[in-house]
Amino acid sequence: MRVLMFGWEFPPHIAGGLGTACEGIVKGLAHNGVQTLFVMPHASGDEDQSATTILDASDVAVANVSNTVEEFINKVKFMYVDSNIVPYVDPDEYFDAIEKMRREGLTQTTVGFGQKFNFSGKYGANLMEEVSRYAQVGGTIAMQHQDEFDLIHAHDWLTYLAGIAAKELTGKPLVVHVHATSYDRGDEKHIDTRVLDIETRGMQAADRVVTVSDLTRNIVINKYGIDPAKVVTVHNAVDFSGRENIEVERGVKDKVVTFLGRITFQKGPEYFIDAAAKVLKRTKNVRFVMAGSGDMMNRAIRQVARLGIADRFHFTGFLRGAEVQKMFALSDVYIMPSVSEPFGISPLEAMRTGVPSIISHQSGAAEVLKYALKVDFWDVDALADDIYALVSYPALTSFASKQGYDEVNDLKWNGATAKLKKVYESLL
Amino acid sequence: MNKSVCLYFQVHQPTRLRTYRFFDIGKDSHYYDDFANRTILKRIAKNCYLPMNELLLKAIKASKGKLRLAFSISGSALEQFDRYAPEIIESFKALAATGKVEFLCETYYHSLSSLASPSEFQHQVLKHKAAIEKYFGVTPVTFRNTELIYSDDIARQVYDLGFKTILTEGARHIMAWQSANYIYSAASKSAVRLLLRNYGLSDDIAFRFSDKGWNEWPLTADKFAQWLADAEGEIVNLFMDYETFGEHQPADSGIFDFMQALPAAVLAKDMEFVTPSQAVRKIKPVAELEVPDPISWADEERDLSAWLGNELQQEAFNKLYRLSEKLALVGDADLWADFGHLQESDHLYYMCTKFFSDGEIHKRFSPYATPYEAFINYMNVLSDFIIRVNYAEQQN
Repeated sequence: MRVLMFGWEFPPHIAGGLGTACEGIVKGLAHNGVQTLFVMPHASGDEDQSATTILDASDVAVANVSNTVEEFINKVKFMYVDSNIVPYVDPDEYFDAIEKMRREGLTQTTVGFGQKFNFSGKYGANLMEEVSRYAQVGGTIAMQHQDEFDLIHAHDWLTYLAGIAAKELTGKPLVVHVHATSYDRGDEKHIDTRVLDIETRGMQAADRVVTVSDLTRNIVINKYGIDPAKVVTVHNAVDFSGRENIEVERGVKDKVVTFLGRITFQKGPEYFIDAAAKVLKRTKNVRFVMAGSGDMMNRAIRQVARLGIADRFHFTGFLRGAEVQKMFALSDVYIMPSVSEPFGISPLEAMRTGVPSIISHQSGAAEVLKYALKVDFWDVDALADDIYALVSYPALTSFASKQGYDEVNDLKWNGATAKLKKVYESLL
Repeated sequence: MNKSVCLYFQVHQPTRLRTYRFFDIGKDSHYYDDFANRTILKRIAKNCYLPMNELLLKAIKASKGKLRLAFSISGSALEQFDRYAPEIIESFKALAATGKVEFLCETYYHSLSSLASPSEFQHQVLKHKAAIEKYFGVTPVTFRNTELIYSDDIARQVYDLGFKTILTEGARHIMAWQSANYIYSAASKSAVRLLLRNYGLSDDIAFRFSDKGWNEWPLTADKFAQWLADAEGEIVNLFMDYETFGEHQPADSGIFDFMQALPAAVLAKDMEFVTPSQAVRKIKPVAELEVPDPISWADEERDLSAWLGNELQQEAFNKLYRLSEKLALVGDADLWADFGHLQESDHLYYMCTKFFSDGEIHKRFSPYATPYEAFINYMNVLSDFIIRVNYAEQQN
């Protein structure tokens, strides 16, 4: 079985968790005997290609669909982006044109050589533009390689249009993989409707929608109105191979309770701070760390000051790579009080380091982690109680640490992708 | 000699703890969820205790006294009856008045004290004995330990407290090739007689009765009586929780009709009902049974792992019983009462992390969503209790 996969990023150059998950997925699929052709907007050349073949969309000339489809070609030719260098149509026009072409029974299309796009592959200001260009390149690649894959798999909204284009042009089944939704990114009043629109179209066009948790599955069904019969949960896993435990020297003998992640509304930072204040009223041998940055950071700092706990509550700013590992190693308790978290890989990282974790029921990870402590994000009393227990009752700490370590080491991509393979098989 | 059938029903209700946050430690020493305890007890009284007691009373009369059975009612349950539904006590008294019902002795607080402290164990056994005498006017002569926990060591302790008959589990790993359907004597104290639960036939009623996926469903009294008659041996011991009737097996499963029909069906096949104390008078032991490590009637393992299987449970257990000596010095009635209720084995059972095998059963009986919550809540309560004990000790 061969899969044409559209991603946005791939390690080692990643901005979010999506690239890491994609790497785990292609490796797991390879283990299960599924070949992947992984397309990404901008490859750097140092990606590990042992488990997949990576296609750099920046190297591919756009599909100037030629010969008989005069109208379509004209459209592509005469639509220009601001710079007038690269051809551009907005996704709607692009698909309208393809649809028209299909209606006219012009199934025979050939691919000519045209302009190459130079993708940044980042999440910049011209993201929407890149997304629609990526769709065109995606369509082109699908045409060029149409004999080399059985189905199409697109990861998150950034690649959905590429997936749709590939499906339209090749007629092969499409799986879209929902790692996050607009409803996890912001409160409902501030949702980017352009993104929401692409997400909805991707899910509607897909033959199967794969979600990273049941929580996300419910959002896909209830908020996007997708038929439950085609929405399947495949829980995320994590790949710890090659990971070494790092030793750190601790500067304080107090227990350290850590929040690590973007300091945004969805991550629930204020609940962590409120819980910290409650714990500190009762016990003094504990410190709290908020690691990360985000649009709610200043508000968080003000909240800490107002509660008068700044001597025990510390901000680190944004941490990268090794610093993240070091922070976990310095921690006694890890907290993820997310308001809405499609999955949330960070508690798995913490537990891998032997740090007991408290996570919200509103996270996908809560569905698979038996040995994490769980609270509702809004239940500050329960969160405070769990923190207090983990710093006060050593039997609990050592039990949660040991069991949690074993548990996350068992969450392997090989198992998750075996389930994914079943999803593929149901479509062939 | 006619084959004997021995029915014994366990009656127990835990004193559930309220959500006790760490903010409460040192500030509020009321530990119990009175509302939940009352609500649950009222529900079970209506679904089980009252209708089943009435059914049994009628059945004893209808059988002209040939239906005999035994109850063990924990002190914790008796306290709740007294407080929330005294009519339950009245209905048990009516059963006692028939003279056909034996009341067994156990640890007053349904505790694991037999594994922790001989003196605390003795204290609770005698306290329970006194309670049974007070409520039902009879002196218990047969002993059943919490969850049928039994070992050679426990047999010695129980004998020293004046009991010569003990009920326990016919655990497969103890019995090997031997059948549970005989009377045995304790290897550690040959004067002690053992009655062993026939778990297959007991669980047919207690667990499988309403299971429509079971190939024997529906179970009728005649069919079941035939199984009893067909069983090898001299006695079949059917031991189960009393809440089986109307709670675990709901009324609409037909469980009450089944129990109503069972006595006549059994008697019609030339078997007789015996209480445990009658059984050991009637039937001689066939062999000695050696049980070096404690067994119980719980889960597949039939061991202590449901209560002391993980380090959370062991920690809670050890921290609690470490207080025994201090409490003895203090001698404060309120502290003793809380100490007792905190010993109820249920609190440890809620902390069980055997998620995959018997986890479902554990979950069904736990007021907590996870074992962690159970442990944290318990330890918060215990932390407050320790502060009180230490304070009382200093005052002395």
